Order: sequence, then structure tokens, then C-alpha cells
Amino acid sequence: MRSATSIKVLGVAVGLAAAGVLIGLYVSKLSTDQGSAAYTVPVASQGGHKVVDLTIQTVAAVGPQLSPAHPDYVSYLIRNTQGKWVRRTVWRLPANATVHVTIYNFDGASGLRNPLYARPQGMDGNSFQLDGKATDIINPDDASHTFAVPAYGLVVALPGVADNAKNQCGFAPCALSMAHRTITFTFHTGKPGHYRWQCFVPCAAGWIDGFGGPMQTIGYMDGFLDVL
Amino acid sequence: MFSSDGRKVVTIWIVLSVIATPIVVLVLGPHLPPGNGSGQAHEQVVDNTWMLAILTPVIVLLAVFFPYALTHFRHRGGDLEDGPPLRNDNVVMTWWLSVTSLTVLFLAGFGTYQLLQNGSGGGQGPSPIAVPSGSKLPVQVIAQQWQFTYRYPTYGGVETPQLVLPADTDVELHVTSLDAIHSFWAYELGVKADANPGVDNVAFVETRGPQTFHVRCAELCGLWHGYMFNNGKVVPQSQFAAWIKSQQTAFAPVAKYLPKYSKTYYPDPQRRAG
Amino acid sequence: MSVARRLVGFNLLTACLLGIGGWYVGWFAAHAVVGPSLNFFTQVDFNELSLVMGYLCGVIGFLVGLGFLNYPLARLRGYPPSLREKETGGIGRYFGLCTDHKVVGIQYLVGIGFFFFIGGLNAMLIRTELLRPNHQVWPAGTYLTIVGLHGTMMMGMMTSGILGPFANYFIPILIGARRMAFPRIEALTFWLLMAAGVILETTIFFGGFPTGWTGYQPLGTQANPGIESYYLFFALVGISMTLLGLNMIATVVTMRAPGLTWTRLPIFVWGVLSTAVLMVLAAPVLIAALSMAVLDRVAQTNFFVSAQGGSSYLYENLFWFFGHPEVYILALPGFAIVLEILPVFARKPLWGYRLAVGGLLGVTLLSFLVWQHHLFFSGINADLRPFYMLSTELISIPTGLTFICGMMTLWRGRIRYSVPMLFCLAWFFNFFIGGLTGVFLSDTPSDTTTHGSFFSMAHFHYTIMGGLVFTFFAAIYYWVPKMTGFQLNERLGKVHFWTMFFFFNSTFFPLFIAGFLGQPRRVVTYANGLHFINVWVSISAFCLGGSMLVFLYNFVKSLVFDRVPAPADPWGSKSIEWQLPSPVPVHNFDRIPVFSGDPYGYGEARPTTVPAGAPAGMN
Repeated sequence: MRSATSIKVLGVAVGLAAAGVLIGLYVSKLSTDQGSAAYTVPVASQGGHKVVDLTIQTVAAVGPQLSPAHPDYVSYLIRNTQGKWVRRTVWRLPANATVHVTIYNFDGASGLRNPLYARPQGMDGNSFQLDGKATDIINPDDASHTFAVPAYGLVVALPGVADNAKNQCGFAPCALSMAHRTITFTFHTGKPGHYRWQCFVPCAAGWIDGFGGPMQTIGYMDGFLDVL
Repeated sequence: MFSSDGRKVVTIWIVLSVIATPIVVLVLGPHLPPGNGSGQAHEQVVDNTWMLAILTPVIVLLAVFFPYALTHFRHRGGDLEDGPPLRNDNVVMTWWLSVTSLTVLFLAGFGTYQLLQNGSGGGQGPSPIAVPSGSKLPVQVIAQQWQFTYRYPTYGGVETPQLVLPADTDVELHVTSLDAIHSFWAYELGVKADANPGVDNVAFVETRGPQTFHVRCAELCGLWHGYMFNNGKVVPQSQFAAWIKSQQTAFAPVAKYLPKYSKTYYPDPQRRAG
Repeated sequence: MSVARRLVGFNLLTACLLGIGGWYVGWFAAHAVVGPSLNFFTQVDFNELSLVMGYLCGVIGFLVGLGFLNYPLARLRGYPPSLREKETGGIGRYFGLCTDHKVVGIQYLVGIGFFFFIGGLNAMLIRTELLRPNHQVWPAGTYLTIVGLHGTMMMGMMTSGILGPFANYFIPILIGARRMAFPRIEALTFWLLMAAGVILETTIFFGGFPTGWTGYQPLGTQANPGIESYYLFFALVGISMTLLGLNMIATVVTMRAPGLTWTRLPIFVWGVLSTAVLMVLAAPVLIAALSMAVLDRVAQTNFFVSAQGGSSYLYENLFWFFGHPEVYILALPGFAIVLEILPVFARKPLWGYRLAVGGLLGVTLLSFLVWQHHLFFSGINADLRPFYMLSTELISIPTGLTFICGMMTLWRGRIRYSVPMLFCLAWFFNFFIGGLTGVFLSDTPSDTTTHGSFFSMAHFHYTIMGGLVFTFFAAIYYWVPKMTGFQLNERLGKVHFWTMFFFFNSTFFPLFIAGFLGQPRRVVTYANGLHFINVWVSISAFCLGGSMLVFLYNFVKSLVFDRVPAPADPWGSKSIEWQLPSPVPVHNFDRIPVFSGDPYGYGEARPTTVPAGAPAGMN
């Protein structure tokens, strides 16, 4: 009888251990992120006021190096302090700071679903500049992506590279020598908080309405501003 | 139920109901959601108050019956003893069926009456039947993944990302979607209307005094469903006129690109490649 | 049968092997037909037909591996019809195709219990996320998948929660038969459900699905390939439900023993019958809707894409035409269990038997007429809303009949508070709250604020979890002594009950308030003012999960270690299954019984309704 009981105890123990392992694997699979680890943007100080420089590129296909699971996804990339382009879309920014943003867009145009977003909104004054020229509207059919932080009322459309442009970028990371558009603007962060940002151009090829896949995945076309 | 137990329960129930119902109505009533921010929200509060008032005696009945039955008829002792073989009682059955039926029919009728007054803030589809009389300000709510934008057809079809409404006005909301199913929920105004692609869902709201209200998406629409919210404002009518003018100026450059105002949109691009 | 012989035969092992083999066959066959994709796991150009065919062929391989094709093939080769040789004992029967309804009942109990715990784990993960409004525990897209997994797993599995284990085990016994009408189909329903559960969990390898358990289009058409797992899960569950219902109806209608007229049927059988009718009529509509959704993704049809001529409404209406009877499929067995158990522990006959039956049938009929109350603000034709408000309010009447029959059964009884009784009494409390809040939700003006909010979510948790899951445990504590021959520890059972009851209410009652204050469903973030409520609810939810562990501890300890033999009739019930030994022998009855009354003869002068010649021996 004693040996029967100890076999049962062993059996229950093995079962519990197996359950624990399976639950652990399950939870860790669910937690596996695709670029949602936060990236702290370095802060400069200008006369006591915090200033941040964000340099971003948007690409048509992120490539197997930066995303082995989804090499075909469109994506945002950010340049880190070593000058390397990394695929992180959660950015830590200081509160009450001025943020200067430079975006290099290497992707072609898809067109905006809602042309309203062709009007850049929410940035500082007239700070929206396309290829060095200030402008207050772009053609919605030219839009390739947008950078929008709805909580700040910030929407900036990024026009695309012409279809017949030479030397277009295939897979990320894209070098500045390849065909691209440059967009610069400035905005302010306010109180600390967790603010989402997204793209409003349905640029996900192969999904209905173009809003599937990378458009709904953090680490590609969506992310957070972690304002601290 | 003519037994002494039965009479006791019924008496306690009636007495407690008579006491509890006014208390519940007077104490909880004024705090019932969604508040009195609009005519429709107020209607909902009235409806909720009536329902609470009618359902309180039901709650009291069960709150009296169960403790009484479970304590009085508890069997103590180890031996198994059977109770009396009561299988039916026509009096109880008749009372119960009549009272529950009448209550339910009253609630349905009262709810219908409230609903048909002026829609109670809910989306009524493209052909609403509960339409407030008089002139109405049309405002279109466009839901897209993942933001609400608003168009004012009587002001040149200007589209803005913020909802501002004039006070003391009847507003006719046209809710539609550009992609997935969303739901426009303005909590303090008591408005909820689903946004379906290709469908014009009409809801009416009679704004009252100036206030801020919360707009949320109430239908799962993808990744940022939980973040699809903003605040709207009800402002005095003069302020509204000034605001609309400022929006028309601010969005003047994009006016030529916006599609003509229409009740539904089938926007390009569909399935566009990157 | 020797162990070696067993391993070689058709069993779970061969089933899994052939299932995996089937997956590869389906995947690569579809690949060959549709054309190769860039590489195996890219999303763009991901060959969804391969995924769907992989799953389908995997399920077929799984079923073939279990041996479901053996009998049809034998018949095709000319063998005479026969029931499969039933081995009379051995634990091996539980790991394969067994046509003994009692074995299938126990398989269901363990299988559904397993997936119930997985769904519950997902619920704990959801509440972890909602502890803080501004902090993401899970990547934001994964949270939606977790929400969907919780809801889908629970809804799919618990629809068979009572019919699967307990109706399969006890319906033949209660009607005096030796088997169900279609024993192989009975086994099929179980194994389909198990395959479905595994398929659903594999969604995490294909990107999950963002639609929640309702699968609304066109969000579903837009989703990652993981949504195919959801579609196939529900389609298989739908098939399982339809077959289960068919089997129940056929059995009860045609195989009742002599003397068992309709007015002598135990109320549990009536409840199972009503549920079965709902299953048979509603589940096929779901299968149709899901097939269309799969075609929209795989074959580029446009059933639900309005820009191409389809309609998102079509999906909503098809889904809820199934979805509303579905929730009554969940609720009715609960009613039946409560009305079956209450007379035993109040020691009085069931009061108002015909009223109770009328209530069950009334709910069954009305449940098909109310589905648009889920769509009050979707833009449906406004003329319809008063009608659906009325029909939904009317459903309270037959539901109320269950209440009055239960209450009057308690009245003047001799009530004992054993664990099954406690769970049934809790049903009254929980379902009452659920039902009352349902009245608020059915009232269209009031629904304007509460639709799609946590109020509606708390309502259905009160009716489904507070109703069905509590009665599920009542049935377990009541019937496991009969099914296994061993008692469950009463003291631990009471600890389980009180912790579960307390923490269940503490978890879900505040959610009514959260809903009233404006928190929508399925959101990862909420207004800061609702932080305290959400923290309270999350901690209660963790404790609720803990109470389930108490149950698990009791279950394992009592049945594996303590093994205290249970008497044939520990509760003093007059129903026929308690006149048989525990566990019930393979052939159920020595001789088919003849019935002379219903099983509620408490306090009556006539002799107990042990039918003539029935028992195979009593301890």
C-alpha cells in the first residue's frame, strides 16, 4: 500500500511540474514581443528646457535581419546613439520637452483613406517641412505613411517616393543614399503618461482595407510614447 | 399561501417593499447613469429609475423568502426526514404568473414609450422612427481605425478631429465607418451608435448646458480599440460659431481633397499595396 | 489486452501521430495546389488555404487514428452491424474510442475540466493586464488574443459542460436504457471537442486573433492567420454540439423504458432535451457563418466586406441567431440541475413539475426570437427594436417559473446543506442578479449606456458563470460518488464553495459599477477614476482562481489518495441512478426496469419509485 501511495504522489508531482512548465511556456510565448521593448531617446538640455532629437525611417519591407518572423512587413525604425537603425516603436521621452523629429521615408505612396490627415496638425506652428520646404498640405494620394499621436492631436502625413524613382530601397535598413523623402517637424510633450501612436495609411499589402498585419502590430507601424 | 409561514413572509415582504422602494428611488435615483447631460441621457435616467423602482420589490421578495426558508426549514439531526408532499398550489401559481407577466409587459411597454419619445440616444439605422421635431444640426461621425473624426455638412462639410456641439440644440448624428465595425459612445450625452462600413446610423441628441463629455469606442475594432477615445465639448452657441469658423480656416488647405459629404463612404484605397 | 497490444491498436497515441501527419498532408497538398509561398512563415503571401487544410486534415487524421473509420469500413466490407465489443474494464478505455456512455461521460468531465482551467488561466492573464491602466503587461495585440482565447474557449467548452459529462453518463440510466441511441457518435462528439481545443490554442503560433469570441467581420477578414484557428474551433464545436443534441433527442424520444411517460421524466431529462433542441437548431447557423468567413479569407469572396458588395450585418445576424440560443444552451442545463437536486436536499417533491417543464420549453422557444437585442444600436431597422425588447423581456417569465418551482420546493422542506445543495442555492442568488441586470439590458433606452460595457460583461458572467459553472460543480459533487464509487471530501467541498461564492461576487459585482461608469469591454486601458475598482476586481479574480485550485486539490486528493468508498445512495435520493451500485456497472441494469412514477416521491405514501427488477445489486 505504501508503494502505491508513493507512486501516486510521484504521479501528482510530475503532473504538477508538467503543468507548471506548460503554463510557463504558454505565458512566455504570449509575452514575446516584437519590438515593444522601450527605447530611451537621449535628452539634450537647452537653457534648462529639455530637447530631444528623434530620427526615424519608414521602410517598405523590414527585411529578415530586423524581423525574421515578418520580413515583408512595412515598419518604422529609429536611429540609436550608435547610428544604427533599430526596430523599436516604444520611445521613452521626457515630459514637458520639445521634440525635433526627422523622418526619412523610403516607401512608395499608398494613399490616405481619410484625406483629412493630409493636413499636418498638432505640431509646433508651421514647423512641418517636406524636403526642406515648409508646407501645410500634401496630396492625400501621395501619402505613404503617417505619424500620428491622437492624444496630442498630432498627425503628420509622410509623402512617398515616386514610383519611377531610381535607387529605391528594398529591405531595411535603408541608406540615405537611396531614394527617400525627408520630413521634419517639432512637437511638445506634456504631462507624463503612456501615449500611443499609429499610422493612418492603409499600407499593409495583402490585408483587407490594408489595416491588418503590420498596421496592427506594435513594433512595426504602431507604438507608444512613454513620457516620463 | 395561507399558512402562517406564508402570511409572515408576505407581510414582511410588503412592509419592507413599501419602505425600501422610495428610499432606493430617492437615494440612488439621482445618481443613476448616465446623468442629465442631455435630453436623451435624462430619459435614460428616468427609465432606469422606474425599472429600479419596479424591481426593488422583486429583490426584497427574494431577500425575505430565502433567509426565512433556509433558516426555518433547515433540518437538524442525523436522520433523514421527508417533508410534506406538496406538488402544486394553484393560488401561488396564478399569482406568480400574473404578477410576473404584468410586470414584464409593463416594463416592455414603458420602455417602448420612452424609446419612441426621441430615440433615447441610441443609433436607429438609416431610417429612424423616433425623430425629434424641429430643426436639427446634422453632424457626421466618421469612425476609422482608430480615431473618430467629425464632419459638419451645414458648414461646408468641414471635417475635424474634435467634436464640439452647441448647447441647447437638437443634433442629428450620422455615424458611419470607413473600415471595421466601431461604436460611437458619448457617455454623458447618453449616445451610442454603432459605426458600420457602408451604413448611415442616425442618432439624436438634445444638448443642454456647456460641459465636457467622453467619447469612447464601444465595439472591438482591432489593436487600438481601447485607446480610441477623446473628449468632446458642448459650448455656448456663440462660441460654437466661432469655433467652426476657426476649424474651417485651419482645414482650408485640405477642403479640396475631402470627398463630397455623403452619408456613407467607400474610400479608396482598398487592398492597396505598400 | 496486453500493454503492447494496446499501444499498437487505435488509441490516443496513434490518433496524435496521424493527426500530425494529417496536418502535414493538408498543408503541403494545399501548397501544391495554390502555389508555393515565399517562405514557410512569412505573413504576406501566407498561404491560408494551407493552414485551413492542415487543420482539417489533421482533425481527420486524428479521428482516423482513434479508430472512427474502423466500423464504417467493416460494414462496407460486409460485416454485420454490431456494437463495438465493449471491454468491461480497465483504464485503457478512457484513452481512445469507447462506446460505453459512462466512459464518454468521464472523458468529457476530465477533458472539459482541462480546457476550463486553460480558459481560466487566460482570465487571470486578462485581469493582470487590467491592474494598471497605463502599463502594458502583454504586447497590446496579444492582449486581444488572450481576451479572445478566454471567451472562445469557455463558450465552446462549457456549452457541453453539463450535457457532455452528466447527460452522457446519466440519461440512459435515468430513462432505463443500456446505452445512448448512437454510441459512436457520442464518442465522436467528445473527440471533436478535444481536437478543437488544441486547434484553438495553436492560434498563438499564427499571430492570434483580434476579434474576441464573437468574431465580428470585417475585423476578422483583416486579422492575422491565427483567426483560422478560431473559425475551425467553433466549426468543430458546432458539429460536436449538433451531433450531441441529435443523440440526446433520439435517445430520450425512442429509448425510454416501459412506464416512463413524459410526465414521469426527471426534470433533468427535460432540461437536457430542451438544450438538445437548441443545439440542433442553432449550431448549424454558426457553422454556416464561419464557413463564409473562412471563404472570405481563403477564397477572396466578399460575404462580409461591404465595400465589395457584402455586409457586415450579415455576419452579425447569423452569429447572434446562433449566439442567443447558445447562451440558453448554457443556462438551461443549470436550471435542470437545480430543479433536479433541490428535491433531494429539501426532501420534498419538485413543486410545479408541469410549470417547470413549461418554463424550460418556453425559454427554448423564446430564445430564437430575441437575438437582435445584441444589435439594438447597430443600425438595425428601428421598427424592430420594440419587438425585440418585448420578446427579451418576455423571456423572464419562463425563467421565473424555474425560480418559483425551486422556491416552493424549498418551502416547508427539511433542508440539508450538503455541498451540492449549497451550489444550487448559490445559483438562485447569482442567476437572480444576472437576470435582473438582464432586464436592464433588454430595455433599449437603458441599454444605450450599458451595451458593450462592463455592465453587459458582468451580466453574462453572472448568468453563465454564476449559473452554469456553479451548477457544473453542484453536479460534480452530486454525481461523482456515483460515477467513480468514491466520495469527495465534504469539508474541502464547503471550503471550495464558500471561497468560490464569495470571490465570484466580489469579482463581478463591482464590474456592474465599472460598466455604469463608462468602461467599455475588451479594452487595455481605462479612465483613471476606475483604477480602484479594477484593482479590487483583479485581486478578487486571482482569489477566485485560487478557489478553483481548492477544488482541484479536493478532486485529486479524494479520488486518487483517500478513495473513501461511497455508498450506493449517499444523498438519500429516490432517483433511479442511486438504486444502482457505485460505480454503475457496464451494462447498467440486469433487467430493463419498468417505471411507475417520477423520482420525486418524498413524503408520499406510495413506495419508492425503484422500478421492478432494476438493480444489478445494491450495497
